[in-house]
Amino acid sequence: MSFGKLLERLLQLIPVMLGVSAIVFAMILVTPGDPVDIMLGEQNATPEQREALRRDMGLDLSAPERFVHFLGNAATGNFGLSFYHRRPVSEVILERLPATVELTLAALVIGLVLAIPLGVIAAVRSNGWLDRLATVGSLLGVSMPGFWFGLLLMLLFGVWLQWLPISGRSDLAGQVPQVTGFLTVDALLAVNFKAFFSALQHLFLPALTLGLPMAAVLMRVTRASMLEVLRQDYVTFAHAKGLGGRRVLYLHALKNALIPTVTMAALEVGSLLGGSMIVETIFGWPGLGRVVVEAIFTRNYPLIQAAILLYALTYVLVNFAADLLYTTLNPRVRL
Amino acid sequence: MKGAAPEMHTAVSSTPLQATAPPMHAPNPDALLCVRGLTTRFPTPRGWLVAVDDVSLDVLPGECLGVVGESGSGKSVTFASVMGLVRPPGQVVAGEVWFEGRDLRTLDAQAMRRVRGKRMALTMQDALTALNPSLTVGQQLTEVVLAHDERLATLPRAQRRRQALDRAVEMMSLVGIPAAATRLDDHPHQFSGGMRQRIMIAIALACRPQLLIADEPTTALDVTIQAQVLELIGQLRRTLGMSVVLITHDLGVVTEQCDRVIVMYAGQVVESGPVAQIIGAPAHPYTQGLLRATPRVEHLGAPVRPIPGTVPSLIDLPAQCRFLDRCSLAAEACLAPVPMAHHPTAHRVRCVRAPVQPETVT
Amino acid sequence: MTAAATAHSAVAGASQDAESPSRLGWRRFRRNRFAMAASALVLLFVVLAVFAPWIAPQDPNDADLLRRLQPPVWMPGGEWAYPLGCDALGRDLLSRIIYGARISIFIGAAVIVIATGIGIVAGLAAGYFRGWVDAAISRLVDILLAFPYLLFAIGLMATMGPGLQNIVLALAYKEWVIPCRLVRGETLALREIEYVEAARAVGASSGYIMAREILPNILSPVIVVSTIRMAHVIILEASLSFLGIGVQPPTASWGSLVADGRSFIWDAWWISTFSGLAILLLVLAINVASQGLRDAFDPRLHE
Repeated sequence: MSFGKLLERLLQLIPVMLGVSAIVFAMILVTPGDPVDIMLGEQNATPEQREALRRDMGLDLSAPERFVHFLGNAATGNFGLSFYHRRPVSEVILERLPATVELTLAALVIGLVLAIPLGVIAAVRSNGWLDRLATVGSLLGVSMPGFWFGLLLMLLFGVWLQWLPISGRSDLAGQVPQVTGFLTVDALLAVNFKAFFSALQHLFLPALTLGLPMAAVLMRVTRASMLEVLRQDYVTFAHAKGLGGRRVLYLHALKNALIPTVTMAALEVGSLLGGSMIVETIFGWPGLGRVVVEAIFTRNYPLIQAAILLYALTYVLVNFAADLLYTTLNPRVRL
Repeated sequence: MKGAAPEMHTAVSSTPLQATAPPMHAPNPDALLCVRGLTTRFPTPRGWLVAVDDVSLDVLPGECLGVVGESGSGKSVTFASVMGLVRPPGQVVAGEVWFEGRDLRTLDAQAMRRVRGKRMALTMQDALTALNPSLTVGQQLTEVVLAHDERLATLPRAQRRRQALDRAVEMMSLVGIPAAATRLDDHPHQFSGGMRQRIMIAIALACRPQLLIADEPTTALDVTIQAQVLELIGQLRRTLGMSVVLITHDLGVVTEQCDRVIVMYAGQVVESGPVAQIIGAPAHPYTQGLLRATPRVEHLGAPVRPIPGTVPSLIDLPAQCRFLDRCSLAAEACLAPVPMAHHPTAHRVRCVRAPVQPETVT
Repeated sequence: MTAAATAHSAVAGASQDAESPSRLGWRRFRRNRFAMAASALVLLFVVLAVFAPWIAPQDPNDADLLRRLQPPVWMPGGEWAYPLGCDALGRDLLSRIIYGARISIFIGAAVIVIATGIGIVAGLAAGYFRGWVDAAISRLVDILLAFPYLLFAIGLMATMGPGLQNIVLALAYKEWVIPCRLVRGETLALREIEYVEAARAVGASSGYIMAREILPNILSPVIVVSTIRMAHVIILEASLSFLGIGVQPPTASWGSLVADGRSFIWDAWWISTFSGLAILLLVLAINVASQGLRDAFDPRLHE
C-alpha cells in the first residue's frame, strides 16, 4: 500500500481518537468531588491557596477550554499528579506498563498457539472426537467468568498441587537488570536462567487465565473459517491438480482461513486489556491494571482517566493495524 | 460422424438397438478411461443419497466425449469419483475405474495423487472460485509442474524454479494469454472471466495429461467467450492428442464438439452413442424431451416444450425406471429395474420402450 | 458442482414446507435437544430468582458466627440445612446464591432491555433517515466501540459511584451500540425495499413506516443477538462486582459472592467455587440456547 494511502487512513483515525478523548474528558467533568479538596486532603489551606491551586489546575476555565488544555497535556504525556502516589501520573503508568504488556502479549501468544492448531484440526477432522471436545471446550471458555477461572487455576496449581506460584512476578527480580521491562526477556539477556525460569513460572498462570477464554473464541472462528474454506472450489481444484495434502492445507486453505482469525484476535485485544485488570488483581501481578483497580477505590481520578485514555487509544491502534494486516492478507481488498 | 446435421438419416448405425441386452462387464482394453459399475453415495438425514448408480462408460483415446444431464443427474459426481475427489462422508462403494490399464480404485492416496493433474486433469465450472484468490497465477501454475515433473526433482532448486516458470509462461501463451511473462505475479481477480478460464485450462494441461475432464467449461461465460474457450479446447485436444470429457447441459456444445455423448438422468446413464445418432435420432424419451426442449434457430417462433415434472429425489429410489413419472411412453414393463444395452461404442439405451429403429426428432 | 453440493441440493429440493418462517423456526428449535435442555435450565434459574424467598432454605443475610466457614454437607462438619456450606459470616451459601440469582439476572435483563430499546430507536433513525443523523450516530457508535468494554464500564462506575442502578446504566451506555449497529444495517437493507411501498402510500409518515413496516422484520435477528449479549452482560456485571465496583453490600450478586470467598480460597474453597459455578451454568445455558435459536432461525442455513 502506498504511503499516501496509509497516511490517509491514519488521518481517518483522528476523529475517533478525538471522540475517545472527549468522552474521557466528559468523565472527568462529571466526577464527583472537588479535585482541589482531594488534592489538599487534610491540609489546612487558606482560600487564597485554594484559588491559586484552582487556577494552577486550570479549573477556573470553561469546559471547552479545559478540553483543549486536556488534549494538549495528553499529547505531551502530562496527566497531572496521581493523588495517591503523589507523583506524576505518567510516571506511575510508565513504571507499571511493561508488566501489563508482558502479560497481555503472553496471553495473546497462548491464545493463538492454542486456537489455530485446534481450530484447524477440528475442521479437518470435522465431527471427530477432537472436534466435539474442542467445541465443548470453547463453549465452556466463553461461558466461564475469567476471574473464577483464575481462582480455580490458582486453587488447583498453586494450592492443591503446589506446582506454580500464585502471586507476584518473580522471586528473583532483583537480580535482573532492567532492559526492556519484560522480566522474561531481561533475564534471558542477562543469561540468568534461574531468574528466567522463575519469571516464566510466575507468568504462566496469569497468562493462561487471560489467554484461554480468548483461545476459546478464536478456535471457534478458526474452525468455522477453515470449514468454509475447505468447501471452496479452489481447494478441490488444488486436490485435482494432484498436490500433496499438506501443501493444500497450509498454503491454499490456511492462508485464506486465517484472515477472520486475525481480525477477530485484534478485536479480542480489547477484552484482553479489560481482563488484565482482573487477572492482575487476582494474581497480584504488579501491572497497570491492578493500579487502576486500586485507583478506583482511592478515587484517584487522574490515574483512572489517563489509563482509560491510554487503553482506548491502544485499542484503536491495534484495530487499525489489524485492518492493514487484513488488506495485505486478502489480495482482493486493496486500497 | 462428428458435426453431422441432426436430420441426416444416414447417420443411423446399421446395427439395430439392443434394448434388453445384458449390461457391460469386461473392461474395454482399447479405452483410455474405462468405468464399470461406478456407484457413489452420500449420507443424508433421510438416508443414503445415491448420486451415481452403476454407471459404466468408456473414453477412447483422442476422442471428445460429451456428458449431458441436468443438475443433479450425477454427471459431475461421476468424474469426481473417477478422480478420487469424493471426500467423506461421501463414499464410492462400487465399481472399477480403469485408466491407462490400471484400476485407479486400487491405488493408494499417494499413487492417486501422481495420476491426478499429471495423467488426468480437471477444470471446473467457475474459474473465479477454482483459482485461489490469495495466490498468484504464476504460483498456481508452477506448483503443479513442480509437483509432478520428476525430472525437475533432480535439478538444483534455482534451476527447478526457472524451468517451472518457463513452462508456466509457455502454457499461458499456449492458451492465448497476451504478455504472459509479465502476468505471472498477478492474482486471479486481476484477469477477465475468459482469461481466467484459459488460465485454469493452462494449469490443467501443464503436465500434458492424457485426459482432460472439463466440467461445464462454458456455463459461467458469455456466449462469445464460450466459443473461444471451446475452440481452444478443441485445438489443444488435436495438438496434444488427448481425450476430453465435456460435461455440460448445453446440447449445442455437445453437437459441435463431441464425437460421442452419454446422457445421464438421476444418477444413471440412460443413453449413449455417437453424437450424430443421439442428436439426430434419440432413443430414450428423456433425450427426446431434451432435444424438443432446446430452442433451435431453424424453428424460430415455435414454442419450447419443456419436460413435465421434476427430477425425483435420489434417496431411496424405487427399483423401476426413474423417468417413469415424466415419460409419455410409460407402461407396465417400466416398473422393473431397467438395464442398459451392450456395445460400448454403439448406440445404447436404458429403456424398454425404445423403438428398435428410432425416429428422427423434429 | 462439487460432490457435496449435489447431495445438498437433492435433499433440499425434497421437502417444501408451507409453514410460516417463524413456525418453522420454532419447530427446528424444538428438535434441538441441547437447546431445549439449555432453555429449561435458564427457565430454572429464572424460577429460582423469582421464587427465591420460598425456595431458599435460609435467610441469606442471617449471620451465625458459630457456622463460620462451615463446609458443604458432604464434607465433615457439614449439615443438610446448609447444603453448600457457609461463608465467612456464617450465612448459608446456597441461599445467598439463590438470592444472588435475582440480582444477576435482573441486572442482565435490565441492561439488555434498555440497551435494545435505545439501540433499536437509534438504529432505525440512523438507517432510515441517513444524512447527518446517520453520520452522528455512527460516529458515536464508532467512538464507543473503541473502548474496551470492561474499561469503559469501570470508568463510568468510577465516575458515577458503585451501586445497582449505576451498574445498569454504565453497562447499558456501551451495550446499546450492538443492537444499534445491527438495526441500522437491517434498516438500510429493508429501506430500499420498503421505500418503494412508502412512496406509493403517500402520506404515510416516517414514524409509521419505521414502526409498522421495518420494525417487525428486524425483530428476529435483534432478539437472537440480544440473548447472546445477555450472557456477556451477566459475566461483565459479575466481573465488576468481583472487583468491588458493582453492587454493594448488603446486595450480593454472584460476582461479589466469588469475591467474598477469595480471601478464604485455601480453607473454604466452596464459597467462590459454587458462586462462580452458578454464573458458569447460567451463562452456558444462555449461550447454548441462543446458539440453538440462531441455528433455528438463520435463513442462510436452511435454504
